[in-house]
Amino acid sequence: MQDVFKLGEKFYQSRLIVGTGKYKNFEETRNAIEVSGAEIVTVAVRRVNITDPHKENLLDYLSPNKYTILPNTAGCYTADDAVRTCRLAREAGVGNMVKLEVIGDDRTLFPDVPATLEAAKVLVKEGFIVLPYITDDPITAQKLQDIGCAAVMPLAAPIGSGLGIRNPYNILIILEQATVPVIVDAGVGTASDAAIAMELGCHGVLMNTAIASARDPILMAEAMRLGVAAGRKAFLAGRIGKKLYATASSPLEGILA
Amino acid sequence: MVKVNTVFFMKIRINGEEKEIAAGLNIAGLLDELKIRPGRVVVELNRAIISRETQESTSLKEGDVLEIVHFVGGG
Repeated sequence: MQDVFKLGEKFYQSRLIVGTGKYKNFEETRNAIEVSGAEIVTVAVRRVNITDPHKENLLDYLSPNKYTILPNTAGCYTADDAVRTCRLAREAGVGNMVKLEVIGDDRTLFPDVPATLEAAKVLVKEGFIVLPYITDDPITAQKLQDIGCAAVMPLAAPIGSGLGIRNPYNILIILEQATVPVIVDAGVGTASDAAIAMELGCHGVLMNTAIASARDPILMAEAMRLGVAAGRKAFLAGRIGKKLYATASSPLEGILA
Repeated sequence: MVKVNTVFFMKIRINGEEKEIAAGLNIAGLLDELKIRPGRVVVELNRAIISRETQESTSLKEGDVLEIVHFVGGG
């Protein structure tokens, strides 16, 4: 069965979106992403080091011809900064899909929801395909969907925390009312967390630290690829209901007396 | 007595740092001087994005604030 994932204007085979931060070097970044099977990769927008401009560029390792480059607005604390960052990113010529995050506080890295809504309105109006990072709040998800965002991306747990899906019930409510893809963004720690997100019915999972900071990032990239794929298949297959008591798997007839 | 005031250099801010550059330099020339490949960066001059096509025709002047950004690893 063909199970394609539509995000923005394109179709993807993989439902795993990966970040490109925290790797040892660009080679490890490229190898881990290759193994993860991801087709969409997030990047940050930062100042060029003008005193050492010879440094290699990330895009030398991750070709925009091969990957959909998804610039983020990490580090932005106001709607204006986030919008400015998105405009700069679009000028780089890798498309108009952006991961919108307006951070509210540097200890939790939780999003500033009103500022996220404000930025999303401007960006949608300017023709961006907006994928906002949000708390697992169904009301916010609904509002961003109504504004015209192309997906909603509730966190599973704080960014980089590895705590996994803290509130599956909120994610379920978000999914129930969603008319756009729901992508769990942030907080995933290991492959089973990714599988749980997919089993809940999420359309994708976005992660960075869980792979990049694993002891063996390449092996974890493979684990995440399989975790996302397993969770997706389990969701499509339809899990059995949970029951308190046993139901025998072997026939009850013909038991030796 | 005639006072000759010839300016050869001008001060601008690039990525938060004050720099002295040759007067009359345009953005394409500056990138070349800084050995930055224009294809991989985006330039903002005084908060306005300068498209790649207009970098050659955009001259810099004293006090300009320039941001030169690119993509780095991020989540």
